[in-house]
Amino acid sequence: MTYDLPDARGHFGPYGGQFVAETLMGPLAELISAYETAKDDPDFQAALTRDLHDYVGRPSPLYLAERLTAAAGGARIYLKREDLNHTGAHKINNTLGQGLLAKRMGKTRLIAETGAGQHGVATATVAARLGMRCAVYMGAEDMRRQAPNVRRMRLLGADVVGVTLGSQTLKDAMNEALRDWATTVDDTFYVIGSVSGPHPYPAMVRDFQAIIGREARAQILEREGRLPDAAVACVGGGSNAMGLFYAFLEDQAVDLYGVEAAGEGLATGRHAAPLTAGARPGVLHGTRSYLMYDAHGQILETHSISAGLDYPGVGPEHAWLKDSGRARYVAVGDQQALAAFRALTHLEGILPALESSHALAYAQILARELGREKVIVVSLSGRGDKDVETVAAYEEHH
Amino acid sequence: MSRLQNVFAQLQGKRAALVTFVTGGDPEPALTVPLLHALVEAGADVLEVGIPFSDPMADGPVIQMSHQRALAHGTTMGDVLAMVASFRQQDTRTPVVLMGYVNPVEAMGYAVFARACADAGVDGVILVDLPPEEATEWLAAARRAGVDRVFLLAPTSPPERITRVGEASSGFVYYVALKGVTGAAHLDIADVAKKLAVVRSHLRLPVGVGFGVQDAASARALGEVADAVIVGSALIRRLVAPEGKDAIAGARSFVAGLRAALPPRQ
Repeated sequence: MTYDLPDARGHFGPYGGQFVAETLMGPLAELISAYETAKDDPDFQAALTRDLHDYVGRPSPLYLAERLTAAAGGARIYLKREDLNHTGAHKINNTLGQGLLAKRMGKTRLIAETGAGQHGVATATVAARLGMRCAVYMGAEDMRRQAPNVRRMRLLGADVVGVTLGSQTLKDAMNEALRDWATTVDDTFYVIGSVSGPHPYPAMVRDFQAIIGREARAQILEREGRLPDAAVACVGGGSNAMGLFYAFLEDQAVDLYGVEAAGEGLATGRHAAPLTAGARPGVLHGTRSYLMYDAHGQILETHSISAGLDYPGVGPEHAWLKDSGRARYVAVGDQQALAAFRALTHLEGILPALESSHALAYAQILARELGREKVIVVSLSGRGDKDVETVAAYEEHH
Repeated sequence: MSRLQNVFAQLQGKRAALVTFVTGGDPEPALTVPLLHALVEAGADVLEVGIPFSDPMADGPVIQMSHQRALAHGTTMGDVLAMVASFRQQDTRTPVVLMGYVNPVEAMGYAVFARACADAGVDGVILVDLPPEEATEWLAAARRAGVDRVFLLAPTSPPERITRVGEASSGFVYYVALKGVTGAAHLDIADVAKKLAVVRSHLRLPVGVGFGVQDAASARALGEVADAVIVGSALIRRLVAPEGKDAIAGARSFVAGLRAALPPRQ
């Protein structure tokens, strides 16, 4: 069976869609038509491919982590090195695509929301590269814990706007970015960083990130002569996971694992794991998906040591993959993620982002379960330089 | 004839209707029902009552804070419905329209919510982030319960959408006068008048205009062209501004001023 979701109106089964105020419906229709045209335009694709190669540094390597594999004592663990991309994470694959699309649509200003700051940095970078103005919305709490990225964005010429309402994290930054966009739609392109938001964003961001899985699939076939037994990625909104999974969706022998943030533990309520912790479907930020909210429909505050995973929702395609059983979702807590952060640093000389550390933690468990003959591909979605202060502070307090 | 149809029919050819927005539970839950009565006494023809939500992403700072205050008092959807039911015990004539975001409705269930609205005496509902395309379940539930479906139109709505929104709507349509969020700056009345002419050529319902009504002058200017003038942020500012003073008295005099400013029609 060929996988061809979403449908024409952006639905993945009961999930996805366009739940936005009327002001944004016209601009979204314009975006859909611009994206559909660009997708089939060889000139657009050639420009994107050229920039991904010369500017981002693709293809990113697939690295066999031998000492991590030995320590885990099981399946061979390969790391898809998105941390080696320009700006240090997978986010640039998407911001480059959306930036080129914005330029083509005649927009002169990019806006973005950001949690860990990686998407903000990647958007600010592309804005500089394309000569566009840029504003990045970021929760005040996240500005504190990801201060190095705030400085990077400002150096790149972006206006970083602190959001002090609500929980002061990613969801509040997204509210504010949506408000900006509703006011400035004429000249502004909203660069959403995850496979979330209203249609066409979940599909468009997935398409721009799908290069992760396409490359990884070809690379593992070359290295191992076969497909992996499992592909593992962290899931906040879920863009690096969708990017990795998409190329493997029809390879039924490849098990797909999305790793959410269990924070201080699923039982404590202080987590960011809507798929794993039994959340119900709901509507936020333009899309229907699994969502953490209370009995009255109010969105719950979330917790994760990783700002990039600290979000109450998840991309609608992940909700669909969970229901259909094609992907499995698990959760890893703050402490396990930190242990994986330290393990990769000590054993391989690679500082992983705290987000990616969640995937690494689960990959080690899975490697032991699967045993030595098996092969796992893990998305190392970003580098951990931005997290050095957070890790030091956590170790001081625990 | 529904209460909404009734109001617009009575005012046709006389003047624009005055629609006031306050958030249920703001500034305090105990004040909402007396406030609604005061707004009617001061001249409001239709009452919009906001359902507080944690993430009101189409609203500007004034209404965002209003939602936060109501939530800090623990106001729930059930509370807002109970407030309307309590208001209805004394006022059976003034239409009440709930305005909110869709997730609290998802949480309650569309059919349950529609019936609860009808039971409480709610006449219509505006769900800001539920465009007609996503509203199949809601439209059926609201029709069955006899609750009017009020949808939004914006300066960015192309003609084919105006038609579609008009077909899905009943009672009236809510025209968002400017690109942006509630409480934003200046209205260009000439521009609004031009856009309204386009909107009216595609639908037959009364058109209320909101987002950007600041004072008596803007109400007067909009009152020349709109079927209803909707005021929210400017009113809520009056509820919280006078520290220690009577919030209701402030709202009453502000709304009376708006009502007096609405020009008569020949």
